[in-house]
Amino acid sequence: MLRMEQVSKQYRHRGQVVTALDDATFDIPKGDFVSVVGPSGSGKSTLLLILGGMLSPSAGRVLLEGQSLYDLSSDERARRRKKHIGFVFQTFNLIPYLTALENVKVPLLLAGVKEAAQQDRAAGLLERVGLADRLDHKPSELSVGQQQRVALARMLANDPAVILADEPTGNLDPETSQEIIQFLEEFNREGRTIVMVTHDPRAAERAKRTLRLRAGAVLPAEIKRRGVHAA
Amino acid sequence: MKLRTLVWRELFQRKSQMLTSFLAILLGITTVVAIKNITFYSEKAVARELDTLGANVLVLPKSASLQDYYSADMHDEVIPEEYVLRLTMSNVQGVDNLSPKLCVPVNLQGKNYALTGILPKSEFQAKAAWAGAGIFSRPIGCGAIDVATEPKPEDKRTLVRKRVIETLDTHETLVGADAAASLGLEEGDSLTLLGESFSVVAVLPQTGTVDDSRIFAHLHTVQRLSGKEGVVNCIEIVGCCKEISAGLVDNVNKLLPDAKVVTVKQVVATQAKVNGMMERLSLIFLVIIVVVGGAGIANYMYANVFERRREIGTLMALGAESFMVLRIFLLKALLLGLAGGVGGYAIGTLLAVTLGPKLAGVPVLPMPLLALWAVLISAGITLAASYFPARRAARLDPCATFQEV
Repeated sequence: MLRMEQVSKQYRHRGQVVTALDDATFDIPKGDFVSVVGPSGSGKSTLLLILGGMLSPSAGRVLLEGQSLYDLSSDERARRRKKHIGFVFQTFNLIPYLTALENVKVPLLLAGVKEAAQQDRAAGLLERVGLADRLDHKPSELSVGQQQRVALARMLANDPAVILADEPTGNLDPETSQEIIQFLEEFNREGRTIVMVTHDPRAAERAKRTLRLRAGAVLPAEIKRRGVHAA
Repeated sequence: MKLRTLVWRELFQRKSQMLTSFLAILLGITTVVAIKNITFYSEKAVARELDTLGANVLVLPKSASLQDYYSADMHDEVIPEEYVLRLTMSNVQGVDNLSPKLCVPVNLQGKNYALTGILPKSEFQAKAAWAGAGIFSRPIGCGAIDVATEPKPEDKRTLVRKRVIETLDTHETLVGADAAASLGLEEGDSLTLLGESFSVVAVLPQTGTVDDSRIFAHLHTVQRLSGKEGVVNCIEIVGCCKEISAGLVDNVNKLLPDAKVVTVKQVVATQAKVNGMMERLSLIFLVIIVVVGGAGIANYMYANVFERRREIGTLMALGAESFMVLRIFLLKALLLGLAGGVGGYAIGTLLAVTLGPKLAGVPVLPMPLLALWAVLISAGITLAASYFPARRAARLDPCATFQEV
């Protein structure tokens, strides 16, 4: 499903070259649930952004269903993201002036879905995450847990095969974190592939396997769980 | 949800910034609309005033001079009357009125007067209409404001201002103020000229010109009585000043190569100067609004892009292509421009209609065409000013937007 081949990413910061990702190679098969862990600055978010087609690597290839993402133009990558990838952010990134329902409609609008279908789909997704009674609430009128659930509903709008979650529980209390992880597990059971960057060991343990990063390098020893192995 | 819903909601998210930039464009358009509206009617009024000064183009025999014209055309040089028909049948633009004249001396009570034959408009207009073409088949009156008043019966005394009257019978006369005073004539009196009796239908008001000593009668009667049939001394043309600048004299010259066509330059120059000043004033304000309004909008849009970079990054993460991001910002600019144009037209027109009469001393009416102009200019400015900020948004690196915020 997703493959990184010798991917490196260097930034230039105040004249110094900083290596965010160093020769990373791994496979994420369809239906996998991978947590990516490591200390701050180890390259976790960089890895996620590169996997999502949002950040060009300095070297190497990233393949999504066999297609090299960075051989495509940025607009073609955007179209791939729209169709195949759902992002979940630590700070939810909801659009503050839109209601919960409208926030979920945004990916549908971008995908050119008609208004009536947008309404049905968005309302259904918010009902699924338990927010049927919060459709017309703006993000500022929702708790952080509810905001993250709106973000999950929005992420599901175009039915993505791949979910890339960047610290999805980073801003949440343990109880709400538990709820969000349960949702991610549910989405994974539906066959979606999930890559989740996290600092939270309890959240990481809920993934099928864990990728450890240190100073931009993927460590060779992976924690293997539930019979899924790295390629 | 439609794209415009997203744009509309965002507009009201940052109300104070939006209002500031909107006001810049609204005030700019208001000012220009008000100036253009007042200018239009002011120009009309000036043109109308200048028309009261009389003819501004003269068709004379080749050898005659302007001096001859001002001395009541008491010379023997003539041009064919057929020239009048040629003019009326032509497609020459900008002729408001025509008045052919033939002057012959008459002696009354021991004093010499200029008996001036004039052709009422009804005669050459009828000929042109019969031919189905010509200058009077089009609406005329470039220097007048059509305020749709009730038509009034013709006052023959307007001859001194309009240079032509609608109707005149073969044995009717109009007498200049000085001539009437020295001959003791009043309206309704009769008068014998070259052996035939005429009735005085009007005594003309004092003009301070040679017209005060003239006695006007029907051209064809004067031609017959003086034995000068089919000829005139001159043809006075009241032309639109704009058209004179645009080559009316040349066109009449081409049409009548055997005559001399002269312009009363001062009159035309005054009109052209006033019009030019008004146009320059409008242009200056237009430049100010383009620069100030455009800079205001561009500044607002750049700030807006900077503030919304996380939102833009999120939209890109959700699959928005660069063109979609560009559309979001340009649609916002278009909405601001349309609102600024419509609002600016409405307020500008209101100001022009209420303040115009006080400032310029002319009645000002709304000009619907300015609405289209205002909307196009306003939308054009906001779109042009927003293009580069919108392009910057479309080219934002989504990752950088997440890291910076």
